[in-house]
Parts: sequence; C-alpha cells; structure tokens
Amino acid sequence: MLIIEDLYVEVGKVPILKGINLEINDGETHILLGPNGGGKTTLLMSIMGLPRYKVTRGKIYFRGMDITNLPPNERAKMGIGIMFQKPPSIRGVKLYQIGEITLKDGKDGDKIRSYAEVLNLTNHLDRDLNYGFSGGELKRSELFQLLCQKPELILLDEPESGVDLDNIALIGNVINELLNKEDKIKTRKSSGIIVTHTGYILEYVNADKGHVIIDGKIICHGSPRDLFEEIRKYGYGRCVECL
Amino acid sequence: MSVINISKKEELRKLAESARDKKALYGEDINLSIFEEPEEKESVDELSKLPPELQNIAVSSGIDITEKDRAGSFLQLDHSVIYQKIQSAYKDQLEIMSITDALERYPELEEYWWKAVRVDQDKYTAYAELHPVHGYFIRIFPGQKVDRAIQACLLLEENAKMQNVHNIVIVEEGASAQLITGCSLAPKVKEGIHIGISEFYVKKGAKLVFTMIHNWAEGFYVRPRTGIIVEDNGIYINNYVLLKPVKSIQSFPTAILEGENSKAVFNSLIYGLKDSVIDIGSRIILRGKNSAGEAISRAIVADRSQIYARGTLIAQNDDSKAHLDCRGILFSNEGLMYAIPELIADKSPKSILSHEAAIGPIAEEEIEYLMTRGLSKDEAVSLITQGFMDVKILGLPKHLEDYIRRMIELTQKESM
Repeated sequence: MLIIEDLYVEVGKVPILKGINLEINDGETHILLGPNGGGKTTLLMSIMGLPRYKVTRGKIYFRGMDITNLPPNERAKMGIGIMFQKPPSIRGVKLYQIGEITLKDGKDGDKIRSYAEVLNLTNHLDRDLNYGFSGGELKRSELFQLLCQKPELILLDEPESGVDLDNIALIGNVINELLNKEDKIKTRKSSGIIVTHTGYILEYVNADKGHVIIDGKIICHGSPRDLFEEIRKYGYGRCVECL
Repeated sequence: MSVINISKKEELRKLAESARDKKALYGEDINLSIFEEPEEKESVDELSKLPPELQNIAVSSGIDITEKDRAGSFLQLDHSVIYQKIQSAYKDQLEIMSITDALERYPELEEYWWKAVRVDQDKYTAYAELHPVHGYFIRIFPGQKVDRAIQACLLLEENAKMQNVHNIVIVEEGASAQLITGCSLAPKVKEGIHIGISEFYVKKGAKLVFTMIHNWAEGFYVRPRTGIIVEDNGIYINNYVLLKPVKSIQSFPTAILEGENSKAVFNSLIYGLKDSVIDIGSRIILRGKNSAGEAISRAIVADRSQIYARGTLIAQNDDSKAHLDCRGILFSNEGLMYAIPELIADKSPKSILSHEAAIGPIAEEEIEYLMTRGLSKDEAVSLITQGFMDVKILGLPKHLEDYIRRMIELTQKESM
C-alpha cells in the first residue's frame, strides 16, 4: 500500500528525516516509537504531504503511484487520512460541515449524526470546529472526521495523548474499526501508522510491526510489544547505540 | 410635519441652520450641493408590479417581493414612498406609513423627532431637517409579538441624486419585532448620496432586531445617522451587512441603554471591495442599572479598500457590562484596516468593559488542516472566510441567514 524510499525531509531548512525506508502492506498496522524530535511526526506529515515538510530526496508511493509531489487534498482523496496530535480550531466552521466535506459517499446527514453519536459528539456538531474542545474531545473530533472519510491508510499521531481513561477505550475501539480489525487478517484492507509515546494505545489496538526512529532514521524494527518492553526497561539510551 | 408646534419647529430649523456646514467628526467631507433632488414618483399597489430591474435590486438587499415571510413592507424610491402594506393578519399588531403622514396624524411623535439623534450633529443631520423627504414610520403596538419580519426598502433609481430619509421606529411596551432594511441602487446609478436618519425607541420589555443590508456603488456616498433609546428590560439587536463596493460610508450608530436590564448588541459583517472607504462604528452608552452591551464586527479588506472599525463602550452605571469583539483579515497588499476599540468607564468603578481586537491573515495551519480533509487550497480559504464572516452571529431566521450566506459566497467568488 505504501512504500517510502530513501526519504529526506526538511522543515524550515533544518533536515529532519535522513533516509527513511518503509513498506506497509494492506491491512498492516505499524507503530513508530522514538524520542521527541526524532522525526516521527515529520514522517506522518510528509506522508500526508503538508507543504511545510519539504522532501529533498526520495520518493513516497501510495498504491503504486508516486505521490511525493501531490498536495494533501489529492492524497486525502486517494485514501490517506490523518489524526493530528494537536489539530487547529477553526472559528465559524462547524464540526457538522467538516463531516459533510470529508464524508466519502456524499452528503448523508444520518451517517454524519451516527458517527458523531459513536464518538459522543452529537452536541458538538453545531459547534465551531475544535474550538474550546477538551483533549479527549479533540481526539474524538479527529476520529469522527476519519470515520466520515474512511481512508485506506490512516496516520495517527499520538492518539492517546491527553486522553483520560474513560475515553481511551472508545478511541481504541474506533481506531480498530477504522483499521478493519474485526475482519479476517487476509481481508483487511486498511493500514495504519501509529505514533505513540506511552504505548497505552497498544492495550487497545494490535499492531503488526514496530519501528524506532531516532535522529531522522529508522534504526530498529521488531515486534511492537518487544520494542516497547525494551524501551520501558532501558529507555532510548540503548537504542542510540544502534545509530 | 405641520403638527410639530411652531416654536419647536423653529428651534429645530435654527439648530439645523447652525450646523448646515458642520463637518462630521469622521469620514470625508462631502459637498452636498452637487447632488440634485429627484422628482416624486407614482406609487404601486403590489411589489410584484415594480419594474423587474427594481425588483432585482430590492431582492439583492434582502427584500422579499412575494412578501410571503413578511408582516409588512415599505418601499421608498428616490424621494417617493411608492409602496406600504401590512399583511392582513398583522393589521392589529403594527402600523407602517410614510413619516410625513405619521407626523400629520400623530402630534405626539414630536417627542420622538430628533430625540435619539441630534439635529445639529453635523451637516447631514442638518440637511435632513432642512430638506425633509419622507422615510418610514413603524410602530409595533403594546404587547404585540410580530412573528414575521417587517421589511423596508430604500431604493435609488436616478443617477447623481440625493436620497435623504428620516425614519422612526417605536416598539411599544412588551412588543417585539424584526425589521429588515435593504438599501440598493439601480444599475445606472453610479454616483449619488444617501442620508438616512433613523431613530429607534425600544420601550419597556420590548425587543427590536434591526438588520440592514447595504448595496451601494463605487461612486456612492452614504451617511446614516442612527440613534436608539432602550428602556427597562428592552433589547435592541443591530445587524449590519455590507458586501458591495461604495465610495465612502461613515456611520456610528449609538444605542443609549437608559433602562434597567436593557441590552444592545451590534453585529457587523463588512467586505471591503475596490476603493471603498468604510468607516463603521457602534457606540453603546450603558446608563441603566444592569445594562449590557456587545459589539461584534468581522471585516475583510480586499482590493484597495479601507475599513475603519470603531467601537465605543461607555459605562455610566456601576452595574453595567459590555464587550467588544473586532476582527479583521486583509486579503490585499493595498488595503487598510484600522480597528479602534474604546472603553470608557464614566464614574462607574464597578462596571466591566472588555474588548478583543485582532487583525491578521488566515492561519496557514488552518488551511493545511482542511486540505488534509480533501479541500483544495482555494476551497479551504473560502470555507474559512465564510466561517469568519459567521452569519450565525446575526441570529436571523434561517431563510435570511441562508440568503446572506449565499451573498457572502458570491461576493467572495467575485473578489477572488
């Protein structure tokens, strides 16, 4: 589904990613681990195509097509969706409107309302997008938009950060739904990349592969739980030795 | 006007004479002598009998020609009142007529004439007194809740002319109403001037929602002078929408909250286009105990337009509270926005006045966010702009809200 080849990315002329190679197949969920500033979020933003993340070398292929130079809206239409860690608020634009915009199968008010209900956002539909939302509400707003969009590749940036325990199970369930975790492994279509710091989300969402990014490079691959166990015990200090 | 007693009439005339050349505090000074007064026109018995061209321009300023959703209508073309009607179901709730007829019929109107606006405020108020040519009188009878909007339309058909009107609206005790005033020009009107004196009286427990939609032209001057007096528990809401170019408009309506628990809200949506010079303010004087005010303005500066957004809150009572919220976006390198929020606590140490004013571009982060949801850059900018010009703040019925939203979309498409 996604192939990244030797990707170098700069943000404001500062090199962040330095030769990332990654392949994600249909139905796979990958976890990105790593210390702050290592390039995890930059990798997600680069896959989404945000203009501030400038690709200086390498290629990104989605479903066999070179998307390296496509704007984010084209990538969204092709089936890439993102959950931001800290989404901006937009005054005057209502959550319902964004539901209409992202909804894959045309304007269907019932669908929008049913997705909002799943995420306990029914009363937020008439509110300004993300304006004055709590940490948990922001995450649910992001997932609501993804439910409407139904992307094939889902990029999740710290889905559990700032979320209380009541919300984390709900968020985990919706991520599982987005990633077709209920389907047979062979028939799963959606793939995901999850950036996580705490690893809490792994208690709710199973991941197939894990990668550790430090200083803009993927320095280690493995089973997500094994990687987490090691990091929990030794921190990233031991990972740095692999650089 | 014959019923206004001679001494008062003489006094007003003298005051007006003394202000004949008095420049206004704000805005370009206009030489009024270059504009001619138009001829009187024939009236019509149905709005649908107006020439199609006039119907179109009336519609463009929010007027419903079918009158389906309206309780009553008033239409002045140039200097002539050509239509006035109250729908039969509302005959016991309100009255609408030319101010000229009203002054003849009701001697008591004298006490409202130049009470909320000073006759010698400047040369424009003086001109209106010295050359009176109609305007509307609307009164909502005590306790009547008029559930459909009343519409008033002031049109100009002839080029290089002057329209000056003096309007009075009285919402009697416990009554409520919604008034939409549309001002518009026929396509051939390239220049001219409109002077509009409006005095609104919101009595005890009454409510008036006044929405004004302006459609002017690039060579047109506009000098409205508006005063509002609100009594105990009265509510006045003023919505102002300007989405077309104008040569120069200067207006600074003032609401005086005389009564206890009285409230005034001013909302403005302004789109500056071409070489428009737009100087729009709102002033709330909080005199009554527990009086409250709010002034919200949203302005977009495009082309070479200049927008001066003034807001003045004056607390004269300890238990008063008001807030001012003024935001602007510049879409052009050649435009100007000047936000002037003023807070004055006058011998009222416990009053609470606040303001937030901000001018800045649309955040790139917001545009990019919407692009990740599938919108192109232009679509994202357009959606954010429409959100910024948030029609919901006007609190209008849905059909009017939708109408203004469509107008904003159209203006935006044309200007981009």
